[in-house]
Amino acid sequence: MAIIDIEQTIIEEFSHFEDWLDRYNYLIEMGKDLPKIDERFRTDQYLIAGCQSRVWLQADFADGKIIFTADSDAVITKGIVTLLIRVLSNQRPDDVLHANLGFVDTIGLREHLSPTRSNGLNSMIKQMKLFALAFKTKEQSSK
Amino acid sequence: MALDPLKIRIDFPILDQMIYKRSLVYFDNAATTQKPRQVINAIDKYYLLQNSNIHRGVHYLSQMATQAYEDARVHIQHFINARLSQEIIYTRGTTESINLVASSFGKKFISKGDTILVSNLEHHSNIVPWQFVCEEKGAVLKVIPINDEGEILLDAYTEMLDEKVKIVAVTHVSNALGTIVPVKEMIRLAHLKNIPVLIDGAQSVAHFQVDVQDLDADFFCFSGHKMYGPMGIGVLYGKEHWLEDLPPYQGGGEMIKDVTFEKTTYNDLPFKFEAGTPNVCDALGLDAALTYMQNLGLSEIYGYEEELLHFATARLLEIEGLKIIGTSPQKAGVISFLPDGIHPYDLGTILDKLGFALRTGNHCAQPLMHRLGIQGTLRASFAFYNTKEEINRLAEGIITAKRMFD
Ligand SMILES: Cc1ncc(COP(=O)(O)O)c(C=O)c1O
Repeated sequence: MAIIDIEQTIIEEFSHFEDWLDRYNYLIEMGKDLPKIDERFRTDQYLIAGCQSRVWLQADFADGKIIFTADSDAVITKGIVTLLIRVLSNQRPDDVLHANLGFVDTIGLREHLSPTRSNGLNSMIKQMKLFALAFKTKEQSSK
Repeated sequence: MALDPLKIRIDFPILDQMIYKRSLVYFDNAATTQKPRQVINAIDKYYLLQNSNIHRGVHYLSQMATQAYEDARVHIQHFINARLSQEIIYTRGTTESINLVASSFGKKFISKGDTILVSNLEHHSNIVPWQFVCEEKGAVLKVIPINDEGEILLDAYTEMLDEKVKIVAVTHVSNALGTIVPVKEMIRLAHLKNIPVLIDGAQSVAHFQVDVQDLDADFFCFSGHKMYGPMGIGVLYGKEHWLEDLPPYQGGGEMIKDVTFEKTTYNDLPFKFEAGTPNVCDALGLDAALTYMQNLGLSEIYGYEEELLHFATARLLEIEGLKIIGTSPQKAGVISFLPDGIHPYDLGTILDKLGFALRTGNHCAQPLMHRLGIQGTLRASFAFYNTKEEINRLAEGIITAKRMFD
């Protein structure tokens, strides 16, 4: 599915929740289901700076697409990471680079997370785009 | 007379609001307290009727504003029982007060190889300014150790007081744990060696009566916004002879006597340390805040808040797996805790959605968190407008949140 379509699906999922607590319950459930990152990648090298909870992010590149895996020590953060992975994993570097990720605002995550955690969200997105840029450069230079 | 928080709350309209469809519980008073109407009215009145630049004009408004500003200084003097009004220097807050002393004291009295002592409890504001001095002068910052309860080790401290120590800077009350530090005894011990002491009073002045002469503090710093006053105004108290001795901090208008391009002579205390147009409005706001606290009574405030703290400690300890961080029997206003098996940010996020204003994180005291071997805590900090009912709600909120993560 294209990034924009996945974003739309998520927006619809979140539109069912009237109370903030329900949204967070959903994030928590998603967070619990996030596949564990390989223990090798739970190191400082893969740690994202700027998050109040710790987040590790790792990326692989296969058949022209990026596969992200991630983990966090906080469950809500894991839920947010899960959303980002749903949207950006299995996509081409160029599509990741150009994704504007408007759904983050639409489902209210940016404005309703504390500023520090919101900075963390920005750092996550930035790091994912950096991976995309690196893979794109690699792809071009190998052509 | 006992305080009536419900009556007090009428003076704090901000407390009466809904957050995410739940009524707000404001437990972040150590970060900043709310302001009563009386303070807001004083600020309003200043810009509606009194605004004028001070110490300059001969005109009526300027004289009235100057008078009000200087009256507020005298009020602050009496509030902390300083000997003289010129020992009260207006600043922007605790941080600026400490920077002022670190910079001016450092310039004159610190040289290569000297030692500055701070404690392991300190807020970054009472660490970083001293690091600047150490870097500039080649001095060494040493840390007075604490125990696992969050109390300063007085024996270790006494041993650290050698001839190389030029100043001790220590907090009165820990913002992260609430520990009340025995600063009077620490000052006495330092003075035996003729070492001056700066007290960071940011977290003490709002909770109990402070008497700088009784403490015998050389410098005492605090912020208006943590004691029901406005943001942007704070105080540096310094003993007159120290303030006379220290070089000025910033240069500009107000702090000078005569200026030629060859040489400037400085003004008398307190103006020597108050360069530029001061924050008159917020000084008057702070004045109103002090009046408000005095009308309630400082010992009544202390008594009621201590009751809240004991109640909260007992209530939170009933929650399975919850651990209180900072267990000194001497505490004021603050309870720091960690849930078992949930990341503090997870709990903090859900409590926010339940309407609680709490603080999560390292509370600008990273070295303290390192010492305790934790990343951070959740902190509830109290003021006299908080109630036991709100504490009950917090306990229930924590249990609700915990269930979400099971
Ligand atoms: C113990 C302590 N010192 C210093 C400060 C800094 O105060 P301000 O930001 O008002 O300058 C604080 C405020 O959080 C504090 O709690």
